[in-house]
Amino acid sequence: MLPHLNFADSNIDFLGKRKITIVISLILILTSIAMLATRGLNFGIDFTGGTLVEVGYPEAVELDPIREALADGGFSGAQVQTFGTSRDVLIRLPPTEDDDDAALLSNRVLNTLRDGGPDDPDLRRVEFVGPAVGEELREQGGLAMIYALAGILIYVAVRFEWRFSIGSVLALIHDVVITLGIFSLLQLEFDLGVLAAVLAVIGYSLNDTIVVYDRIRENFRIQRKKGTEAVMNHAVNKTLARTIVTSTTTLLVLFALLFLGGAALQNFSIALIIGVIVGTYSSIFIAATAALMLGVDRQVLLPVKKEGAEEDLTP
Amino acid sequence: MRNSYPAWLYTLVVVVILGAGLYALPNLFPEDPSVQVGNPTTGEIDANIRELMGTILGAQGVTPMQVEEQDDGQLLLRFETTDDQARAAEILRNALDSNHTVALNLAPATPNWLRAINGQPMALGLDLRGGVHFLMEVDLEAVIGTAMERYANELRGRMRDERMEFDTVERSSSDLTVMFASDASREAAEQWLTREYRGELEWEMRGSGDTSRMVATLEDDHLTDLRRQALQQNISTLRSRVDELGVAEPIIAQQGENRIVVQLPGVQDTARAKEVLGATATLEFRLVSESGDPSEADATGRAPSGTRLYHERDGTPVLLQRQVMLTGEYITDASSGIAQDTGGPAVFINLDGQGARIFSRVTSDNVGRLMASVFIETTTETVEEDGEQVMRTSRSEEVINVARINEPLGRRFQISGLDSTREARNLALLLRAGALAAPMSIVEERTVGPSLGQENIDRGMQSVVIGFIAVMIFMVLYYRVFGLFANLALALNLVFIVAVLSMLQATLTLPGIAGIVLTVGMAVDANVLIFERIREELRNGLSPQAAIASGYDRAFTTIADANVTTLIAALVLFLFGTGPIKGFAITLSIGIIASMFTAIIVTRAIVNLTYGRQRRLTRLAI
Repeated sequence: MLPHLNFADSNIDFLGKRKITIVISLILILTSIAMLATRGLNFGIDFTGGTLVEVGYPEAVELDPIREALADGGFSGAQVQTFGTSRDVLIRLPPTEDDDDAALLSNRVLNTLRDGGPDDPDLRRVEFVGPAVGEELREQGGLAMIYALAGILIYVAVRFEWRFSIGSVLALIHDVVITLGIFSLLQLEFDLGVLAAVLAVIGYSLNDTIVVYDRIRENFRIQRKKGTEAVMNHAVNKTLARTIVTSTTTLLVLFALLFLGGAALQNFSIALIIGVIVGTYSSIFIAATAALMLGVDRQVLLPVKKEGAEEDLTP
Repeated sequence: MRNSYPAWLYTLVVVVILGAGLYALPNLFPEDPSVQVGNPTTGEIDANIRELMGTILGAQGVTPMQVEEQDDGQLLLRFETTDDQARAAEILRNALDSNHTVALNLAPATPNWLRAINGQPMALGLDLRGGVHFLMEVDLEAVIGTAMERYANELRGRMRDERMEFDTVERSSSDLTVMFASDASREAAEQWLTREYRGELEWEMRGSGDTSRMVATLEDDHLTDLRRQALQQNISTLRSRVDELGVAEPIIAQQGENRIVVQLPGVQDTARAKEVLGATATLEFRLVSESGDPSEADATGRAPSGTRLYHERDGTPVLLQRQVMLTGEYITDASSGIAQDTGGPAVFINLDGQGARIFSRVTSDNVGRLMASVFIETTTETVEEDGEQVMRTSRSEEVINVARINEPLGRRFQISGLDSTREARNLALLLRAGALAAPMSIVEERTVGPSLGQENIDRGMQSVVIGFIAVMIFMVLYYRVFGLFANLALALNLVFIVAVLSMLQATLTLPGIAGIVLTVGMAVDANVLIFERIREELRNGLSPQAAIASGYDRAFTTIADANVTTLIAALVLFLFGTGPIKGFAITLSIGIIASMFTAIIVTRAIVNLTYGRQRRLTRLAI
């Protein structure tokens, strides 16, 4: 049996250490922004346009003969790498200007490899994205993130209060920026799947933040005599076990996906793993801090009833 | 205090679970290798053909296990093995005429009683079953040029018929100009032009005296109509071409304003698919010019005015009139056969009503003259250029037949002069499949080979199973008996996802499986919230029964708020995402909604049944 995570009597002063956590988060965010500004994201062909051909060989192959065969075939700009195993080879070609030819590029690459390559490969996958489509997807991806944040901003403002909604969106931006920053640092490929993962991170991290805020709201109602900071600390402590348990189960399945899901889901899993870890950190250390600094207190959440309000109910 | 649900709620839980189980069931049955035979022209398979197929297959020793007629009129022949399937397809392709399509398919072996209640297995995406996805962009601007050409041809004829004075009718890619010799003749024509082309063309007067002219552009509404029609025509053309390719369950649909999605499950030969989808072939009929000298024009490269130089298949030059008698767009059907007069291969052509009227008028005006059939083909081919292989689209126009018009031609006529039966069949196919109303190009392709598809399924399932087991072990170790309850809810959640996907016939993709895996991790969250709350209430000194009630009650709003926000993110993903991303959004959303039911209502029902009646419950295994 696992020992229970028992935080019943724990009273860790999370908010008292907010100076340290804010500094840590600021450093992470600024580093991430600097990374994104200097190295940028390694966009996949979903966003840049171009052609990608994945072929499978019956046995492990050397990449150099493949590179030579492609160079002889006139594909000087081809990038060749193994994908997952040493039998699977991924070939990337930059977008071409001529629309008519682009769609047929993959067939030519395959023919070239069958004629001049080391062995007879099997076609596993072709992805071709025209430059215009890539640009659209980039635009739509950015828009999707903005709409998701706006939708959440509105829902939380309606269910809670606007300070909470800004607090939760700040926590989300924190998580997304750091996840993107790590992708930029490691130059992991950012494709449509990773974009979906980042949007799922938004959903997950928010889930965590809302649980904490919900407890803060409840505590303000019950603990009438405690100060704002104490109430918030109590809420974070009370939800701590849940935050850690849920993150653990989610990370369990994500690691299963990372190790068993194959190369196609690798970056997707990595994005979610980073996002869940950062999201867990932010819902413990950042969400309540942000709410506190934005001026959330008992008055804001539980406004004093207007005089005469009750009379209106009984005509 | 006791915890119990009213009887109707227990009943509801049981009914919902049984229902979900029932609709998830079709996914457990295997798939039969089968062959689908259709006839796109008539929409059904003739009883004679059916019998013929049975005899031929029986003679070759590949009798199908079962033959079914599908709702769309196609016949589905199920076989025991994929070898039988492949052989049967081969035999049928050779035996049946070109009007029939033969496609390989994997038909689910869902029992009839399940099918009767609409129980079907989940649809698998191309990344799981293998196949090609094309996104084609239609050049709708070209529609304007085509329309202008049509109007210019029509105006020349009609204005001459009306005995109006005009010099020329010229067209550009965006407008058309009628030139007049004087202001007076323009004035005479103005009223007629604006009246006759109301709602189609917008006229504007320019110049005066001998530069006096009227310029027409397409009216906005009319242009919108033309664009819509062009897109529709391209879609139906693609549909008939895909039918010719013999693909089971293809998807051809409009996407956005000017794009068409084509999904061909199971297709491996993408080069052939691109060739067939991209090729255009049509016929034009022109009068042979009997005044000029073709060999002189061929030598100088200059054709007399009003004519154009063409070549016959053997290279003989021939001068044809610039004006077209009839274009290929009026052709409704074409079939190949043997010419009655010469005995050589021929193509029989059917025209629609309008085409038949035009053709009978122009042919009766020109009885006794020579008419040429011009075959126009646009293809992509590889050419060597500066030592590099370059793909080029090229347009070839050649005269396949010159014949004297003996009598007015109408709705049905034949064209001979083809080299072989094979060529006649090909021409008939391309004519039948119709012409594209506007040029198209492939702007996105996603092909997945069958081995990768199967691998994706296997790996996806493996991740789901391992992730599921890991979470179950963790939950039991951590929450003991309550962990078991949560695991039961989690298993049900998976059944629900599968059932809802099957009922909606939503497509399961690899990202969709990733969504299921993520849901497994996140679905326990609701139970974690409840169980932590119960533990807390127990520590606060509440009795076990009261702690259960309070735990479920107090966790509820938190769960609802947290899940709604995740649903917002999933909804945005669904609205903005393309194919595979949508799959992720769908499974994630279904999983979240299902977890609200399984984690809250179902676990509570189990908890109530286990502990709810024990009056002296002193401790909980949580």
